[in-house]
Amino acid sequence: MKGYEVVMGLEVHAELSTKTKIFCACANKFGGAPNTHVCPVCTAMPGALPVFNRRVLEYAVRLGLALNCDITRCSKFDRKNYFYPDLPAAYQISQLYAPICKNGCMEIALEDGGTKTIGIHQIHMEADAGKLIHDPANEQTYVDYNRSCVPLLEIVSEPDFSSAAQVIAYLTKLRETLLYLGICDCKMQEGSIRADVNLSVRRPGEALGVRAEMKNLNSFKAIARAIEYEAARQIEVLEKGGTLVQETRRWDDNKGRSYPMRSKENANDYRYFPEPDLLPMQIDDQWIEGIRGSLPELAHEKRARYIKDFGLSEFEAGIITAHKNISDLFEEIARQSGQALESARLVTGEIMRMMNNTGILPEDLSLDAGKLAYLVKLVIEGKINRNSYKDALNAVFTRNVQPADYVKEKGYIIVNDTNAVAQAIEAVIAENPNAVTDYKSGIQKAFGFLMGQVMQKLKGAGNPGAVKAALTEVLGS
Amino acid sequence: MKIDKALIDYLEELSCLSLSEEEKIRLTGDLESILAAMDKLNELDTVGFQERNHPFDGVNSFREDIVLPSLERELVLQNAPQRNAEAFVVPKTVE
Repeated sequence: MKGYEVVMGLEVHAELSTKTKIFCACANKFGGAPNTHVCPVCTAMPGALPVFNRRVLEYAVRLGLALNCDITRCSKFDRKNYFYPDLPAAYQISQLYAPICKNGCMEIALEDGGTKTIGIHQIHMEADAGKLIHDPANEQTYVDYNRSCVPLLEIVSEPDFSSAAQVIAYLTKLRETLLYLGICDCKMQEGSIRADVNLSVRRPGEALGVRAEMKNLNSFKAIARAIEYEAARQIEVLEKGGTLVQETRRWDDNKGRSYPMRSKENANDYRYFPEPDLLPMQIDDQWIEGIRGSLPELAHEKRARYIKDFGLSEFEAGIITAHKNISDLFEEIARQSGQALESARLVTGEIMRMMNNTGILPEDLSLDAGKLAYLVKLVIEGKINRNSYKDALNAVFTRNVQPADYVKEKGYIIVNDTNAVAQAIEAVIAENPNAVTDYKSGIQKAFGFLMGQVMQKLKGAGNPGAVKAALTEVLGS
Repeated sequence: MKIDKALIDYLEELSCLSLSEEEKIRLTGDLESILAAMDKLNELDTVGFQERNHPFDGVNSFREDIVLPSLERELVLQNAPQRNAEAFVVPKTVE
């Protein structure tokens, strides 16, 4: 980029999937009717006092441990003051002076096959704000406080990114980690994970440039586009001899450009002070070690295990672990069928194809592992052929049929019963004396015809290898 | 710290207040005496005392993650200066 390098840091907000909000017992649920999950605490009625949800602290420590952070033994909350109608108390309870996690790191894979370590500056806990719905018709704004006090973790990286691809790799792995830890559902379209990008440009070796913070980035694609746009914009300003101002810019994905946000010019003076309504947290080693011991296996650990223990390829292991729902499904099919390799083939083949064709997202995938395992066993044991297997899988995907009934109805079970095969051959020979004569006089074509007749008698359920061998034997005698 | 007009104007904006000139002059005096009281406190010898995070002793006051009924919406909105059937209504906020 004309001799410039891009320097970026990320602030990611993840909504935690606790049952209740961070400071009150209202349900933490997306999509309820407006203002039905609210109480005096999350609407900041006078005199209401917050009480901290223990599960939020536990989830924060889980993520901190997974991202190699130091856990702050004496952590506390602070008050961040600003006026905006989505914030009924006119302050947000957050953490500034003693955030729960500090000094972590995450290793990301680079496109050239190498790796890079991204520093995690801190992770802190805070309360989400409410939702504003603007009505352009009458110049009014409606406020819904269902989201007010939903627990958030803000994950602040060091300014260690130099390309959009690195940012996406980091976000992908962070999302994967949050999902495997079971602490966030990571539905970007519902805003349960949101990323702000701080970006500046500089000539190599120079001090950091003036940064812009980009907000309203609602998809990985939007993030990549916004980064390209903002880097080009800043370089253009500098190339024309202009100066950059530190600002917050809002990305408009439809127009493919960003606009400065003017509303909060003084908003960076948040006048933080220690939150008087909440006691500090004291976290001992025993508690931390308890959480460490209960951490689930993470995606990269699963990948290594699948390759080592099941003999999967790196490619297959990568597809299966890309989302927790998929790896959970794979493990369940493999466990019930006892056939890890065939289960992996099913997940990376037919199931991926079905998801692509129907547009089902991994987070919405719900298949009956038991039914699929049943079919995997049948095909591995040679009781149905590959074509029948695919058809039966499809019937499970689309109509959720009972596979045992389905394969029986369809006559898919291969007959290995030598008596049945012998009887069919005997009947076919009796009914087609001409073809038998042709075959015996050296016309090979006749064999195919007879074979077809036998398979028909067995209703397609004959094992072709076995039938061929038996027929050859009978005709040769 | 000196309380001057520029600082009062800044605080006015941060606090979303709209003050008359008269109020600003009065506030300048009030804030100066508040700061003087704080300076007085700073004269105390605190050597040997540990810094505290909170005026109360005690740590770890937690709640279990169990849902309790929320407030009925009609009650929530009852005292709102402006509302519709399901939400608080505020003047248009520009982003």
